[in-house]
Amino acid sequence: MLPELLIKGLSLGAIYAMIAMGFCLLWQTSRLVNFAEGEFVTIPAFLMVMFYSVLAVPYPLAILFAILVAALLLGVVMKKTLVDALITRGNTPFVVTTIALGFFVKDFLTVFATPEAMNFPSMVRQTPLHFAGAAFSSLDLWNIVIAAVVILGVGFFIRKSKPGKALQAVAQNREAAVIMGIDAQKMILLAFSINAVLAAFSASLAAPIYMVKYDMGNELGLKAFYAAIIGGFNQVRGALLGGLLVGLIEILTAAYISTKYKSGFVLLVLIAVILFKPEGLLGTKEQ
Amino acid sequence: MAQANHAMKLRSVLIGWALALLLLLLPVFVFKSQYLLYISSLTCIYMIVACGLNIVLGYAGQISLAQAGFLGIGAYVCALLGPTLSFWVVLPLAGLVCFVIGLGLGFPSLRVKTHFLAMVTLGFTVIVYLILVNEENWTGGPFGVFNIPRPKIGSLSFSSPANYHIIVALVTFILLLLAFWGLNSQWGRAFKAIRENEARAEMLGVNLRNYKLMAFAIGSAFAGVGGALIAPLFGYIDPTMFALGFSFQFLLMVVVGGVGRFEGPLLGAMIVAILPEMLRVTEKYFPVIFALAAILIMVFMPKGSVSAVDWAYKKITGKEEPHLTK
Repeated sequence: MLPELLIKGLSLGAIYAMIAMGFCLLWQTSRLVNFAEGEFVTIPAFLMVMFYSVLAVPYPLAILFAILVAALLLGVVMKKTLVDALITRGNTPFVVTTIALGFFVKDFLTVFATPEAMNFPSMVRQTPLHFAGAAFSSLDLWNIVIAAVVILGVGFFIRKSKPGKALQAVAQNREAAVIMGIDAQKMILLAFSINAVLAAFSASLAAPIYMVKYDMGNELGLKAFYAAIIGGFNQVRGALLGGLLVGLIEILTAAYISTKYKSGFVLLVLIAVILFKPEGLLGTKEQ
Repeated sequence: MAQANHAMKLRSVLIGWALALLLLLLPVFVFKSQYLLYISSLTCIYMIVACGLNIVLGYAGQISLAQAGFLGIGAYVCALLGPTLSFWVVLPLAGLVCFVIGLGLGFPSLRVKTHFLAMVTLGFTVIVYLILVNEENWTGGPFGVFNIPRPKIGSLSFSSPANYHIIVALVTFILLLLAFWGLNSQWGRAFKAIRENEARAEMLGVNLRNYKLMAFAIGSAFAGVGGALIAPLFGYIDPTMFALGFSFQFLLMVVVGGVGRFEGPLLGAMIVAILPEMLRVTEKYFPVIFALAAILIMVFMPKGSVSAVDWAYKKITGKEEPHLTK
């Protein structure tokens, strides 16, 4: 039982980690907290369903188009409208605006799309794989692999490429980066775009599991938030650890303690982290 | 001369508050419909909760997502203990319980700067919801609590919508008056100092952490009392009424109305409670419109709807509208 649970936990955790990674990147570059992150997953999910189920676009293209549209809408457009308008006003107005944005997206989809849950097929057919006496789900393993590839890819981009390094510079010390000639606004735009892509990839993995519904972002957004806080906002590694931990705790709690309180244990860990190590498990103290 | 000015100002404040009380009680005399009285009572309760949140957000500058949780605690305290203790005991008790829990929550969370209170209150509201849903033995679980009684004094019953609204209106009046008095006192000045420049306020001797803690505890107590009022209003409560989303709604209420201004949350509460009813024909679209309006207000009118009222006041009278609190 335990090995299957661990894989399941890692599979869920990998999805959370992808979302949390984008969320943390946003915070690191712009010091903004995006309470609509869950809806950044919902929107690409709806787009995927639209392309695939309604417009009969072939499955891989449907996902690709959804990711591209999301990157445009939730990356570029979002940055150039809301972020630019609010970034000078400080943190609280942006937080409240993203809360309103989250409501707007959910209500909009309920009224103008559909309040019903919709199916979306997974990339890989769910078959049990037998290994060392346990039966693992092929889907879980696939999710872990895909998420790992995406996360490593983005991580590689951030560490090795020129724009990636500029992004890091802005994240670490914005004033110094600007003095060195880096366009901070461009980096924030890049961060929002990467975040949109990460959220869209998460949607492709989460949609088959969670079903595509206007409120699917509630839980996913919250979990990503918990992951970022537990792991640490200001290190990408933090988001990863946080995501995996949240996934594991959730699955293990549901199996061994109680399904009803599976979110409860994560919350206790969250509150403990906030009280005893507020910068997160892998986070570093801010000056 | 200064004394005469002071007396005049005091008189206008008193007249203002007498008018406010009249306005709050007006529905009792004007509305015959059960439904309209229900909306009036609901508006009053929203005003209490939003006013409390404004103390935390607008004056102490902290985002609290706990209002729905405290509303729920107040409501369940009233629903579960109401039949045994009397409503008149349960009402202040709900406030007290939430005040104490608020202190407990805020004490460790307000040590650190930035949005840690937001995160802790978010977790808190979700935990409260989980407990309400899962602990069926004492909360009734997802089925909720039925037949919540309305108060009475001796043989005088306040069950009818009109009579119950009298209670709601009076409690609202008292709480708003207390908030007004508090925010105009030395306290309010300390909050203003904190809001404008935390570092300087600290240097001037303001104990930031204590003021923020007090503000949070009071805001929480307000929500608790609101909960104790809302339970008999609905007659039936269940956990879904106190989910996290509701906390966000209160936040939007305060912001759309006007953060940091006394009348802001009152305006916001009225907008959220009354507007969808007035715009019945667009009922389906109201949530979308409200959310969009909130976004637009944050971008273009960050001071909230109150600034529109200010503008109208200036156009009409040519003077600046006096702020209710400094």
